[in-house]
Amino acid sequence: MQFALMIYHTPEEFAMRDNDYNNPHLGAWRAYYKALVEAGVYVGANALEVPETGTTVRLREETRRVQDGPYADTKEQLAGFIILELPSVDAALEWAARCPGASIGAVEVRPLAPEAMRRGFTG
Amino acid sequence: MNGINQEDTHRTIERVARESYGRLVAYLVSHTRDVASAEDAFGNALVSALKHWPRDGVPRNPEAWLLKAARHSLIDAIRHQRVVLDSEPMLKFLTELSETTLSTEFPDERLKLLFVCAHPAIDSAMHTPLMLQTVLGVDAARIAQAFLIAPKTMGQRLFRAKTKIRSGGIPFEIPQEHDLPDRLDTVLEAIYAAFGIGWDDMAGADQRGRDLAEEAMWLARVLLQLMPGEAEVQGLLALMLHCEARRLARRDLDGRYIPLSDQDPQKWSLPLIQEAEYHLTEAFKRERWGRFQLEAAIQSVHAERASTGRTDWVAIAMFYERLIRISPTLGTRAGYAAAVAEANGPEAGLTVLESIDPHAVSHYQPYWAVRAHLLQRLGKTHKAADAYDRAIGLAEDPAVREFLLRKRT
Repeated sequence: MQFALMIYHTPEEFAMRDNDYNNPHLGAWRAYYKALVEAGVYVGANALEVPETGTTVRLREETRRVQDGPYADTKEQLAGFIILELPSVDAALEWAARCPGASIGAVEVRPLAPEAMRRGFTG
Repeated sequence: MNGINQEDTHRTIERVARESYGRLVAYLVSHTRDVASAEDAFGNALVSALKHWPRDGVPRNPEAWLLKAARHSLIDAIRHQRVVLDSEPMLKFLTELSETTLSTEFPDERLKLLFVCAHPAIDSAMHTPLMLQTVLGVDAARIAQAFLIAPKTMGQRLFRAKTKIRSGGIPFEIPQEHDLPDRLDTVLEAIYAAFGIGWDDMAGADQRGRDLAEEAMWLARVLLQLMPGEAEVQGLLALMLHCEARRLARRDLDGRYIPLSDQDPQKWSLPLIQEAEYHLTEAFKRERWGRFQLEAAIQSVHAERASTGRTDWVAIAMFYERLIRISPTLGTRAGYAAAVAEANGPEAGLTVLESIDPHAVSHYQPYWAVRAHLLQRLGKTHKAADAYDRAIGLAEDPAVREFLLRKRT
């Protein structure tokens, strides 16, 4: 079964991200990634730029509505996601608890839609 | 009635609820087999107490009052068919619970209830949650938090387990002599699982607190009261008291994690250590060794540092050797490796670690923490950094993660 771990950051957490190799925050993430790969559960992952760089588009009554920033104005914002292959939701919650993102912001665990449905979307 | 008395009454209700919950639920279940309806009935009885006691005063025998109210609630539930069960014997029992029975002592059936909760026919992951709920009345949401399970899922699993108790023919009894050691061990395991303290004698092991330590110790005390002659019950209580004694010493003022070897013994709780030692000595007198007594003995050696200023690692390694023979878990073996390293050098400790199947430890944080520590001591910086990464990546407690990150560099 595949699960998405969606990582939500606080503004402070977004500010902690930099490219300094010795940054302990980065060190924790690197170690987490390594543990996922070595445990054989890692499928894929990616990080997003800060929410201020987002632009939200809607089409309503044939009119384009373009808005600066993320679609929802909440304190915690989506910062990235990880896809894992795991036997159960219990195991997914354990990996979510180990995620460095869980101790400041939040991590949402959600199963991916069944493969048949995903294939329906992608053709 | 004035506010202060109201508050007193509420506190009395809280105390009676805590002390009587398990006794009342166990007594009802011993006759009905229906855990869910007994819990509902007792819940309603408490609501009723909150309404009546502040007005009429706390009754002379609060437990009997609650049992009577719970009986009313159950009869009501049967009349309105909210409870699906074999109503005939149930109604007979409820009717026979006459005023006289209610005013005298009713038997304590909690021991049987504990054995039912940890019955082999029930999913072993549910043993602890069931005990916490039926014997102590801990609510499903809090249990779900502690066990890292979605609250809704925990509720469903508890419901399924209770259905199994009702209809699965699980006998409500204390196991026969020949089954007793194994069955008791399952009960003890389940209590210890609520305690949730890991192995803090290892360098930077994962301290995944279950946040239910108080409840676990309460259960162990109840069990000891019900089985005063069992050495392992007393061993488990001693083990938990020793770990609890060090709670305050595990963090510095800034919340940073402090491993056992760096802890200031002045910060350990002497009364708790003394109580632990009392129970361990009593347990040893029965000369029936078991896993929990050995684990308590290891913690007892650690506690000696408070008076001697040193840790007898040879003694610890020896207790681990005996422990591995009865309980060769990953935790025991990693703890043994750490002890051997302290007694005979990091090389020897690493040899012990290398005898563990690498597939078994891919998710096991304490193994990587010990390994990293030993490699670092041997000056194998590169390999140590790799192992530290694994330990950091698998750590759940942010304080432990930071501690390991500091050691890595």
